Amino acid sequence: MIELEGLVRCYGEREALSDVSLSLPQGQTLVVFGPNGAGKTTLLRVLATLLRPHAGAVTVLEHRLPEESWQVRGRVGLLGHDPLLYRELTARENLRYHARLHDVGDARVEDLIQAVAIADRADEPLRTLSRGMIQRVAIARATLHDPQLLLLDEPYANLDPSAIDLVAPLIGAQTGCTRVVTSHDPTGGLAQADLVVGLRAGRAVLVKPAGEIEPREIAELYR
Amino acid sequence: MSSVARDTPAGTDARTGDARSGSPGTLTVIGALLRKELLVELRTLESIPGMSLFAVSTLVVFHFALQRSTVDGDLAAGVLWVTLLFAAMLGLNRLFVADAEQGGFDGFLLAPVDRTAMLLAKALTLLAYLLVLEIVAVPAFALLLLGPPLGPTLPGLLAILALADVGLALIGTLIAALAVQTRARDLLGPLLALPLLVPIVIAGARASAPLLSAGHAGALSARWLAVLALYDLVFGLIAYAVFDFLLED
Repeated sequence: MIELEGLVRCYGEREALSDVSLSLPQGQTLVVFGPNGAGKTTLLRVLATLLRPHAGAVTVLEHRLPEESWQVRGRVGLLGHDPLLYRELTARENLRYHARLHDVGDARVEDLIQAVAIADRADEPLRTLSRGMIQRVAIARATLHDPQLLLLDEPYANLDPSAIDLVAPLIGAQTGCTRVVTSHDPTGGLAQADLVVGLRAGRAVLVKPAGEIEPREIAELYR
Repeated sequence: MSSVARDTPAGTDARTGDARSGSPGTLTVIGALLRKELLVELRTLESIPGMSLFAVSTLVVFHFALQRSTVDGDLAAGVLWVTLLFAAMLGLNRLFVADAEQGGFDGFLLAPVDRTAMLLAKALTLLAYLLVLEIVAVPAFALLLLGPPLGPTLPGLLAILALADVGLALIGTLIAALAVQTRARDLLGPLLALPLLVPIVIAGARASAPLLSAGHAGALSARWLAVLALYDLVFGLIAYAVFDFLLED
């Protein structure tokens, strides 16, 4: 499902990802830990085909990147720090816009509006919604097209406990999707992980099955 | 598949109703992009009012700076085209700002769609802005500065404006997509666009000068119309060839 071999990605002279290798089978969850600037978001953006790898081999959904990026697009759901939504449009307008781009019908949009419990605010401009509400709309946007691979950058940021329960059927382990999740929460992250990667300054200093990880190993990443 | 799609009573496969599985058609995507662009502009009013007000203000400045109550011929054509060109710059500079600042590029790039749809949708958006601009600016020009009456020359002038607008929209979209990726986008957009748009101004001014002369002495020049059409074609092809690369990492 995801195979990385010596992945390198630079911004100018700086290597944001340096020699990252891992393998994640279909249906499993990879949780990525690491301090700010470690390369977590860059890794997700490479997997989403938004950034080109500068060296190494990257295979996502059985397709090599960047050569076969077009085969991967539309099969990936990316939930980043930026909701990828227009502030002046309503939640419903934003979701319908993305639905058109993914050839998805309006019935699915209405299902998701109900699923993330924003029906009563769905026709208000996004700029008037709270960050938690916007995050729920962003989750609906990322899952609109039933992606096979979910790339989730701190997906529960800004969500209260009830909202976390609400969105679990869309982005949680029960979806059965292959997932790559970034997290700063060792307990919560480990609970949902099959494989754990610890990044520090762009290097994968920890790659282990979740069952073999000690919480202190994750804590050490942040020291 | 999410549980919502499987479990809720209304839950269906994501691709339901009129939708097909696979990539959407280019026309569907252009329609979605255009609708989004116009909704955002209607709610923010960031481009069209600014362009129109700038054009009217510039004409007022010309009115006083030239110290003439009316102009005609070459001078009239020059005033009109310089005004339209600089007003168009304001729209060009704002064309991709919402996409760059609010993640619209990423949202678009994640979809399995033809990248050319964005070029066409943005060019059509800029074309619509230019149309509204000219609906305001050309009558204001006739009122504030133009000596000869506008009515008899209007069909010819509209033909020239239409051809010039296509070029402005294509080049403007191309440059705006390039400039918006940089930190100095407000500076870089006009700096890159102006040299490329000079031939449109020259051809537009040369073609319209005879129409704006006293007594409408000149006829519409097929040569300059052909130059405009050729320029549109060349930049249409260039934009089609390179636009994908401007969007991609």
